[in-house]
Amino acid sequence: MSLMNIFDIAGSGMSAQSVRLNATSSNIANAESVSSNVNETYRARHPVFAAQLQSEMQKSPFDFSANELSAGTGVNVLGVVESDAPLQLRYEPNHPQADEKGYVSYPNVNIVEEMANMISASRAFQTNADVMNSAKQMMQQALTLGRA
Amino acid sequence: MAISIDKQLGIHQYALQLRSERAGILANNLANADTPGYKARDMDFGEVLKSQMGESTSLIPVQTTSAGHQQTLLQADTVNGLKYRLPSQPSIDGNTVDSEKEKSEFAQNTMEYQAAFEFLNGKIKSLLTAIKGE
Repeated sequence: MSLMNIFDIAGSGMSAQSVRLNATSSNIANAESVSSNVNETYRARHPVFAAQLQSEMQKSPFDFSANELSAGTGVNVLGVVESDAPLQLRYEPNHPQADEKGYVSYPNVNIVEEMANMISASRAFQTNADVMNSAKQMMQQALTLGRA
Repeated sequence: MAISIDKQLGIHQYALQLRSERAGILANNLANADTPGYKARDMDFGEVLKSQMGESTSLIPVQTTSAGHQQTLLQADTVNGLKYRLPSQPSIDGNTVDSEKEKSEFAQNTMEYQAAFEFLNGKIKSLLTAIKGE
């Protein structure tokens, strides 16, 4: 029954988007976390999404008898990667974290990009929640089949 | 005269099931709206419904006579009756999901599910009336 799959699919989408929202909030919170050492500075983190295709690869094609027509089983978060963008070195000799040359390294977090990510993630989360709600209504309706 | 319940329920039982299958496909497109390289897919509803009803369709599998034959590669776009959507605004990461399009298709599919449900429910109710003989 594919209506049951929708809960898994939309659920995987919601959890993937919440990982993304989590990474975004971490990036924004640490946007000004300075350090005197380039290697210790916070770097922007982003999740990597991939479609779940495991069951699809194992399934034999043209198998109409099984009534299995699912296009996939949702979305996977493969991991969280740190951005390779260059860190911002600012000349602030009076800063307590400044190195011997007077530079402070700021994280490579792009606030504008993070805000766009945040809005996109929350909208996508909302969409998946709506899909789950519709699936719930469809299932509840199916349960009333034949009822007077 | 024997009453065939299968005939009485007709196309609606298959339509209701395929509508729920299609809801799963569209939900998968929406879940992968931000996945790089994901290609949005949809069901050729008419063709799949025909094949479910046992009629001949264009979704004919390629004959394989040897274990080495790759049938999936020859008709990759018609595997299981699923086709790839033509993107109206392809994005640079290779994703072809148009969220608004998928949302409207999903809403329409839900309404058509409800319509199929009403038809099927009507058929079952008329069967019940016949059984009770009231």
